[in-house]
Amino acid sequence: MTDKLDKSPSDTPPPGDSVSAGAASGPAPETIKAIPVRHYGRWISGVIVVALLVALGIAFSQGNIQWHTVSDQLFVSSVVQGAGRTLLISILAMIVGVVLGILLAVMRLSKNPVTSTVAWLYIWFFRGTPVYVQLLLWFNLALIFPVLNLGPIYKNNMTDVMTPFMCALLGLGLNEAAYMAEICRAGLLAVDEGQTEAAQALGMSHTKTLFRIVIPQAMRVIVPPTGNEFINMLKTSSLVYAVTYNELLRSTSAIGSTSYAVMEMLFVASIWYLAMTSVFSVFQYYLERYYARGSSRSLPPTVFQKIKANLIGLGSERGKG
Amino acid sequence: MTAMVKSEGVHKSFGQVEVLKGIDLEVNTGEVFCLIGPSGSGKSTFLRCINHLEKINAGRLYVDGYLVGYRQKGDKLYELKDSEVALKRRDIGMVFQRFNLFPHMTAVENVMEAPIQVKGVKKADARDRAMELLERVGLGDKAKNYPSQLSGGQQQRVAIARALAMDPKLMLFDEPTSALDPELVGDVLDVMRDLAESGMTMVVVTHEMGFAREVGDSLVFMDGGVVVESGNPRDVLTDPQHERTKSFLSKVL
Repeated sequence: MTDKLDKSPSDTPPPGDSVSAGAASGPAPETIKAIPVRHYGRWISGVIVVALLVALGIAFSQGNIQWHTVSDQLFVSSVVQGAGRTLLISILAMIVGVVLGILLAVMRLSKNPVTSTVAWLYIWFFRGTPVYVQLLLWFNLALIFPVLNLGPIYKNNMTDVMTPFMCALLGLGLNEAAYMAEICRAGLLAVDEGQTEAAQALGMSHTKTLFRIVIPQAMRVIVPPTGNEFINMLKTSSLVYAVTYNELLRSTSAIGSTSYAVMEMLFVASIWYLAMTSVFSVFQYYLERYYARGSSRSLPPTVFQKIKANLIGLGSERGKG
Repeated sequence: MTAMVKSEGVHKSFGQVEVLKGIDLEVNTGEVFCLIGPSGSGKSTFLRCINHLEKINAGRLYVDGYLVGYRQKGDKLYELKDSEVALKRRDIGMVFQRFNLFPHMTAVENVMEAPIQVKGVKKADARDRAMELLERVGLGDKAKNYPSQLSGGQQQRVAIARALAMDPKLMLFDEPTSALDPELVGDVLDVMRDLAESGMTMVVVTHEMGFAREVGDSLVFMDGGVVVESGNPRDVLTDPQHERTKSFLSKVL
């Protein structure tokens, strides 16, 4: 014991330094050079996929398709307007869905049996019937109620109220609300109960606790699936074709049926849908990344980081093979 | 001395399980009242009953002379509305084992929140007062940090400042140091000691026997939902009268 204490200052530096110095000056550890596992399956499956893609390409090039029609019609004003309406109705229906969804989720979790039952019934009906049927119900409402009469507040012919736009908005929005309600409910339940207790112990009311403490924290859970719902909505909105709202599918089909370029115009519609969903998928990805902060230790890579990593991975694979 | 908390035959069950089997005790104004006992003895549940986070099944519980959670008219008891319960809770500060700070707000915002939302204090005034309280618990320089950027001990001190911001008459501490690293316990106990010296009435559920002995004015040992032994902390801790108290203390001291 005393030996050591006497020695350390004289012939070696303090223990902390001596460790690092020793490691640095000693021989470097030998890097492992092993033969990597060969992934033959990846190469075989790659070849099969490429072959199938080539076959598909050949089939389409020989099919009776006027490709120039697709490129000619892609930016025709009625198609662009249709795409704009698709975007508009999707955004508006989503807003209706989110606002009503949060309200329904809060109602569902309320201690009041009346409000929670009402919310339960709403979700039961709007989630339990197809959105297509709901759109047709709104569209044909005038058959049973020719006049919309809200007493002294409002009175008008149902056909004037239920324009294609209103049918589309109500049909998509109210249906979406039922799904959003479940997403929001999961988000609200995900907030630790201790948060509510802490707020109530401070004398905060239920409403204040909800809006100031619970909802802001629930957003982290709610926002990512909501982005997903929106991408879904962009596609589901094609169903409002049925209520004669002139969105993307209807505007392209109109050209298709008059010019006999049915498939070509469906391609045009598909390209637009793919373009819109792709753009929002990228948004969605960054949104999820943003909301993952704090909850996961390392953030998922961005799209560009992913592509870069894949390219490097492929390169090194080839180098080994 | 008047009783800040008065408990008469308080019973509490969770379903079939009876957690409190008739608790009788009094907490005098200005005293530090320590509750000790093994886990599952009902001490935390009793604490939560005091600010009506749990509803009692039988007995009477008074805080500052008022019945907790009910209003008595003649022989009949009327449940208080949520807003009335909230009004009563303003005067009772609570500190939790798991801190329960609001993670989406900075330290100073955590402390400002209740005065602004509940009492309608102006934002600038609330901020001044919050800074004052954070200085008092030794965290003036951490005001802009989020809870996730603070250590457990710092979080718990912010939680104490948050409770104090409502100017409570009574402070409840639910095992405030149990979730902390041993190193950090001291800082929190120091803040509690200061608070006790300032004359705050405190009910403390704790496993810190040293704190109970040094700062406590009264001590109750609970087990199986009943009060086994009570008295001056120094007497109970050094010379326990009951077998159960003796065996518990022999394990923790």
